[in-house]
Amino acid sequence: MPQQISRLLILFTLLILGLVVARHYLVPKTFGRLGHYRAAAVDAIVARNVKYVGREACASCHDDIVKIHSLARHQTVACEACHGPGAAHMEAPTEHKPPAPRKRGSCPLCHGYDPSRPTGFPQIDPVAHNPVKPCITCHNPHAPEPPQVPGECSACHGQIARTKAVSHHALLPCTRCHETSQQHKVTPRLSRPTKPRDRAFCGECHAKDARSPKEIPRIDMASHGERYACWQCHYPHDPELR
Amino acid sequence: MTNQARPGIPAQSPPADSPLDRRAFLKKGWPATLLLLVAKVVPSASGETKGAEYQASEHYYGMGIDVGKCIGCGRCADACKTENDVPRQPFYFFTWIERYVIKTDGETVVESPNGGIEGFPPTVTETGFLRTFFVPKLCNHCASPPCVQVCPVGATFTTPDGVVLVDKDYCIGCRYCIQACPYGARFLHPQTHTAAKCTFCYHRVTKGLLPACVGVCPTGARIFGEVHLRTSPLARFRRFNEIQVLKPHLNTEPKVYYANLDGEVK
Amino acid sequence: MEPLARQLQTVLQQVSGYIYPNEVELQWGLLIVVYPYVTGLVAGAFILASLERVFNVKEVQPTYRLSLLTALAFLMVAPLPLLAHLGHPERAFEIFLTPNLHSAMAMFGFVYAWYLMVVLLLEIWFDYRKDLIIWSRNEKGLRRLIHRVLTLGAMDLSARALRFDQGAGRLITLIGIPSAFLLHGYVGFIFGSVKANPWWSSVLIPIVFLFSAIVSGIALVLLLYMLTSWLRWKSVDMICLDKLASFLLYALIVDFSLEMLDFIHRLYEAEESVKILSLMISSRLFLSLVILQVLVGTLLPLLALGALCPAFRSKGLVQVPDELRRLIYFGAGTLIQIGIFSTRWNVVIGGQLFSKSLRGLTVYKMELLGLEGLFTSGGLLLLPFLILYVLIVVLPPWPDAEARVPAAES
Repeated sequence: MPQQISRLLILFTLLILGLVVARHYLVPKTFGRLGHYRAAAVDAIVARNVKYVGREACASCHDDIVKIHSLARHQTVACEACHGPGAAHMEAPTEHKPPAPRKRGSCPLCHGYDPSRPTGFPQIDPVAHNPVKPCITCHNPHAPEPPQVPGECSACHGQIARTKAVSHHALLPCTRCHETSQQHKVTPRLSRPTKPRDRAFCGECHAKDARSPKEIPRIDMASHGERYACWQCHYPHDPELR
Repeated sequence: MTNQARPGIPAQSPPADSPLDRRAFLKKGWPATLLLLVAKVVPSASGETKGAEYQASEHYYGMGIDVGKCIGCGRCADACKTENDVPRQPFYFFTWIERYVIKTDGETVVESPNGGIEGFPPTVTETGFLRTFFVPKLCNHCASPPCVQVCPVGATFTTPDGVVLVDKDYCIGCRYCIQACPYGARFLHPQTHTAAKCTFCYHRVTKGLLPACVGVCPTGARIFGEVHLRTSPLARFRRFNEIQVLKPHLNTEPKVYYANLDGEVK
Repeated sequence: MEPLARQLQTVLQQVSGYIYPNEVELQWGLLIVVYPYVTGLVAGAFILASLERVFNVKEVQPTYRLSLLTALAFLMVAPLPLLAHLGHPERAFEIFLTPNLHSAMAMFGFVYAWYLMVVLLLEIWFDYRKDLIIWSRNEKGLRRLIHRVLTLGAMDLSARALRFDQGAGRLITLIGIPSAFLLHGYVGFIFGSVKANPWWSSVLIPIVFLFSAIVSGIALVLLLYMLTSWLRWKSVDMICLDKLASFLLYALIVDFSLEMLDFIHRLYEAEESVKILSLMISSRLFLSLVILQVLVGTLLPLLALGALCPAFRSKGLVQVPDELRRLIYFGAGTLIQIGIFSTRWNVVIGGQLFSKSLRGLTVYKMELLGLEGLFTSGGLLLLPFLILYVLIVVLPPWPDAEARVPAAES
């Protein structure tokens, strides 16, 4: 074997041996046990402290509140959504009292009017709605049903109401077109209001021969808009086509 | 006006006839109770069975998000930061909320001020938009995660129960996984200098709790459960809704399933 | 933590459109721009050296050993920007202990080790072995010790041994060419395989990286040859220089064609990301891409070299006196360095300036001080020249320094 090769072989063998030995000492013990990672890492992550304890934990002491809360409108709202994490309170109940949001600014975080919120979600104008008073004056946060049942649809359908209020249909009550039972205020998704079914409905006001005030624009029901339903072009809450 | 007249609102000090003795008992005994509850489900990475121990192989987690239910209150993002000690600056999020405003002229405006934690400023105009909604985002815990694929040392991995985690004591901070994530779910933790991201609150789910964001959501927009179990709430969610995932063309097989997701959401 | 938060706050103010909240901080900064630039120079310099060895381009013989030493100097510096950038550089060895076989970055560690140990060092060793032995005979002290240690004890100077050296060198160069291609193509693959990023994800990126590496490597050796000749008060071999310039021109033409192909392909397909990428090029990357990379770094040198060097006609399309030609070659070489550095900048930084939501652009705030700062990167770019100086002192690459084997021993 040429001298060059023998010398190089010695050098490389020493290097590789060194690497193998180093590897034996340096690779973490739990590496590879469960996969290409340190199994001990999973233990470290699992051992983290829990800060939010969950409803059942609150119920262990505050079952009176939980009983009321679980039957009322905020039943899907976790205790800790408003009161913050409860683990510290469970550990030392009198030293760590969870905050209770009593100021007027807290509730609009969810209930302040924002058109991006889904329709049907109860929203108020935080400036105009019973100004200055804290929300809890009239609404028990654990059973927040308002003292009076909302007469207006706008309480939950604010975006539609605001759009309609500046439109040509402003003076039409919602119930003119949507038959709504009282049950809708109790179980909104299960008891939905009706919607007009056909063109003839709009024709009750807008047909040429309709018995309605003179100012209402009239169209020929037979030819106007072919076979389309009226609301496919005219948004009923803001019907003027621009 | 005192609060005592209102049922349900706790008084400032417990009245004389309250079950204080039960409270006192639980105050002393709750650590033992919780410990008992928790100890039964403490997992062990070595996989030795000890009675009712948490077995990762028996679970496979996913999350469902109903965009039609999200009200953009940001409680989830806030609870997540508290639960997981995420730095509070607006540059680091495990989960965040985006607001989409699709205007009638076709332009779409998206924003996420501080991840939505303090809520959102008023939408600019009430008329003049076609659709507007909130979308919660988080790590999708993909079944085919590109982040795990690129990690050079094996510091990020998928557990047998389908959760993608980061080993912060092994991560070298090369940031390749952050580049590889198509969803912007990862960041470099400013203190540990390692990659960090949503863990599906692994420390909670292995104890039978829900992730913090799921538990705290007031409208139930987030559902957490088992992907392969018919009796899981997630299964019902996936049965009754038409499901989308984010960036399906990248074939990462996300396990966060969106219902009512708009096409404008990237 | 505080300065970082303040810096990120300024970035947040300058975001346009929408970016994911976690994208405010740019992950890979100036250090990661320096790294592919440096490895590109390594690959390019080596491929130039291999031109002489394997393709028998005799004209560039004077630069053969200089190219090898240049490649080595830059290869030694290449891991430094990576180490400086890591969140935990003290854990960097984990890449070799528990490499994830699916990770391009992990596998690159081995490609780098292979190239360093098996290709570059061995080639230099085989080429210099006889010189080391003969030099050490007439030397004293430290220099003699270093040279003798470097021989690894293989002191055979017989004709057979010398022929073996030549043969081994050729074989290693033969293996070395695809290895050099692999070295820098791999860096391109590290970016090109990231499907999450539409600016990076492309089949062409490894090829473009490779050819721009060849361009920058040849240009560097050209500059170094002129510089070292000037410093040593030796005249430049114009035939060698013209040949270098010709190869530089060929490589530049291929490189430019590939980049134009990528550009045209993107515009033509006009897939989802084209809007935000076009916006990024016309706003954030205008200076570095349109001006520095294309105009100054490619088109101008292309015109200059195309006119002057004897690639198409034996005396060049435009005949100028040697001194002017040397000056223009030097200028072209420098502009090319600027252009290739801008190319790396546009790939690395550009890929992070737009959001993965495809709806917004952010900014890169470069620092002056600190590990990620301008001064550190500047220092890292100067360091290879220092190392090269040391290498030149220990292993002189000049043709007139080469030892001749005494007839008695052959």
